[in-house]
This record gives sequence, C-alpha cells and structure tokens, in this order.
Amino acid sequence: MNVPESLKYTASHEWVRAEPDGTLSVGITDHAQDALGELVFVELPEVGRKLKADEACAVVESVKAASDVYAPLAGEVVDAHHALADSPGAVNKDPYGAWLFRLKPADPAALAKLLDAAAYKKTFK
Amino acid sequence: MKTTPLIGAHRRAGAKLVDFAGWEMPLHYGSQIDEHHAVRRAAGMFDTSHMLAIDVAGAGARAFLSRALANDVARLERPGKALYSCMLREDGGILDDLIAYFMREDLFRVVVNAATADKDLAWLEALGAGDVALRPRRDLAMIAVQGPQARSRTWSALPVLRAASEPLEPFFGAPAGDAFVSRTGYTGEDGFELLLPADEALAAWGRLAQAGVRPCGLGARDTLRLEAGMNLYGQDMDESVTPLECGLAWTVDLAAQRDFVGRQALAARKPARAQLGLLLAGRGGVLRAHQAVHGAHGDGEITSGTFSPTMQTSIALARLPLQTAPGDEVEVEVRGKRLAARAVHPPFVRHGRILVS
Repeated sequence: MNVPESLKYTASHEWVRAEPDGTLSVGITDHAQDALGELVFVELPEVGRKLKADEACAVVESVKAASDVYAPLAGEVVDAHHALADSPGAVNKDPYGAWLFRLKPADPAALAKLLDAAAYKKTFK
Repeated sequence: MKTTPLIGAHRRAGAKLVDFAGWEMPLHYGSQIDEHHAVRRAAGMFDTSHMLAIDVAGAGARAFLSRALANDVARLERPGKALYSCMLREDGGILDDLIAYFMREDLFRVVVNAATADKDLAWLEALGAGDVALRPRRDLAMIAVQGPQARSRTWSALPVLRAASEPLEPFFGAPAGDAFVSRTGYTGEDGFELLLPADEALAAWGRLAQAGVRPCGLGARDTLRLEAGMNLYGQDMDESVTPLECGLAWTVDLAAQRDFVGRQALAARKPARAQLGLLLAGRGGVLRAHQAVHGAHGDGEITSGTFSPTMQTSIALARLPLQTAPGDEVEVEVRGKRLAARAVHPPFVRHGRILVS
C-alpha cells in the first residue's frame, strides 16, 4: 500500500499535506480507498466552516459503504474539491492527488503531532 | 471456506475474494463498475457454481413440484421451459426463490441459492416422502454469460454449444452433451447460464475470457440485478415475507385451485406492505438497505439500495405501505438527513436501456 513519506496521517486514514501558502490539504489514504472500494459519492464541508480536531466533516460513499472523514486538526475550511462530485472515482485512482478539502489550521504546530508515514503504516498491519 | 472449480482462475486474475454464504467468491477483479458496464454494453461472465442444481426425478416429479412450488409447473408445457418460483413455508414465508427447468416428464431440475441450498434440500426431502428422487448436482459448475454480446461470444468460445443453444427462446434451456444451456440470467440482459461438468468449467471459463467475455464478481452481479428490479434472497425477501409483499405476486396464482405449500396462508394473510422501486431525486448520498422511508401513507424500509452505474444515481427496492403508488414522493433517512426520492415501478434498466426517469 502506498504511504508517501512526505505526508502526515491520522489513525482514521486521512492524509495531510502542508501547502506552501500555509494551508493543509486533506484526503483519504490509499489504504482507506482500497478498503472502501470504488467511490460513488463524496460530500464535502462548506468553505468557511470551523472544524474541531477529529470532527466528522466529509463523507465518502463507495459501492459498499458510507464512511465519515474527520478533521485531522482544528481549523477553518478554505477550499473544497467540488470537481470530485462528478468523478468520485478519482480518489481511487489517485488518492494523494485527489484532496477533499483544504484547512487553515488554528495551530500550525499541531501538524507535527500527527502520524508520520512509518507510524501510520503500523496502524493497519 | 468452500471453493468452486473456478477458484484458480479467480486467484490468477487477481480477484478480491470474499466469504459469500461460506463460499470463497470473487467480489470484483479490479473494478465492479467497469464489470457492470461490460455486461450492459458487451458481455460479462459470473461464476455461479456456488448455487445448487437439484434434479427431481421420477414419474411423480411434476405432481411433487406442483405442491412444493408457489408458481405453477403446469406452465411448463414444452421441454426446456424454465419457471421462476418461490418455495414457501406453510405460513407463506419464502424459503427460497429458484428456477425450475422441465427436462423430461420424469425429470425436472431446480436451481437454488447457495446460502439456502442445504435447507432447501432438507425441506424438499421432507416433502417428497419417497415419491421422487432428489439428486443434488454438486458435480456441475455454473457460469452465467450475460450481455448483448453474450450469445455470440459464447458460440465463438464454445462452438460445441451453438447447435443446442441458438434456437433457444428467452427462458428456455436445452441439453448440449454433458452440459445444459439456458437463455436465462440475473442481470436484465440477454445471455446464457451454462451448467457444465465441474472438470470442464475451467477450460470453458478460459475460452470465454479469450473471446472477450469479461469476468465479473458479486459486486457487479448485485448492481445489475438491482437495476433489473430483481430480488435478492436474504435481502429483499426471507422467511418473514410472502411473495405478495416483495413484488412477486405475479409468480403466484391464487385463483387456481392447485394446492401448494403456503397457499392457505397467502389467501388468508392480507399483505400490509408492497415492494416498489425508489429513485433518489438529487445527489445527497446513496440509498442502502435498512434506511427508513417516510411517505404520505406511512413508513417503510429500503431492502436493497445502491448507486446505479447505468443511471448514475442512487436506486433502491423498498417495502412500503400498500397505498403507495408509483410517482409518489417520499423521503429517505440517509445518514441523519431526509433526502427526496420517488416511488417507481421496477425494473430500472433492461437490455441496456433506462426505463424510469
């Protein structure tokens, strides 16, 4: 299963990428998309919504089941990847390219507390 | 877990294998959505060897099935004709749904679901009381080849089957050497179901694949049958439900005088609910089994729901108050929200065409 070294992770299978502008992109991991199966529906948080850490804020539904996506850390939603509504399968094809939403973190330092690739791999082995 | 004669082919093709009623079966071979489209647009094949063919033999075979099955085997007038039927308990609850084939006057064949096969066989043996011989045919494998190109590709892969199968009308079958070919299926498309000696199945599967028939798993089988408006036993019906409550009244003739198991209960027990299809109005989510449905005539429940790859929206089968009519607007509880949906008459899709909108 692909777990890029450059990203941070949560035990609930989100990945987080620090963007140059200080925002964080959030998506679901390769392991998560593989376990869910082909996605057919994505529900994204509204831009401007303020999220607490671990708050359920998006939904991905596959041919098999619905699954919540959680905020990896507290912050405000500054962008949502609405193109995925027409092509939820993009998450399966390219889980680390198909981000779901972008967050402006309340505390940028909190990012360091998320799992690194090695620690994340241990959560599903 | 039990395996079919095709397990090696599934593993080599990289199938995702799952436990289905104690059988290790392919869920998909990479993409169940692509597999679904292959069946609607060209041809796909399913390993259905986990299902069980039971031969019912003897001079009393027709009389026996006339009592055991809710649909009337008197409709089987010409050899080869197939009949879809439920098998009921005395209280009208559905033990299983099956297809019965008229082979000869002293030989019928019923094909039953995998999960219920042992129960069905025990039930039939208890009913039979020595009048007929019941022979479970675990020596046979089954491959369903489905899609607009299914018949032509079957003939190019397995020319030996052509002479027997080319004249077949829909819902008829015919022996072809040791095999039996029927023009039946569970997808809403044209095609064949092949019953083959188990040791010939692997070679047949390989030749079909070479002829461009795409291997398809249980995932695509479920979305195809739901689009086709066909029930799944254990999901849309079970022993607590009668045929009149799950859209199968057409398989039961209560006006006839034939005495079959469950008849008295069906005549006495007025159904409170009936089955209809649901079409999600917007894009708010995916309809799934057990979601509550609220309408002007009361509440109901979804029994099967999915995202339809052909229609690109969510569809379902639901058990709704009897007064609910096609066209009625209802609301479905999906993850804490109420989404608008419309009651429709299934099927949703047949022969590649969308029938509801």
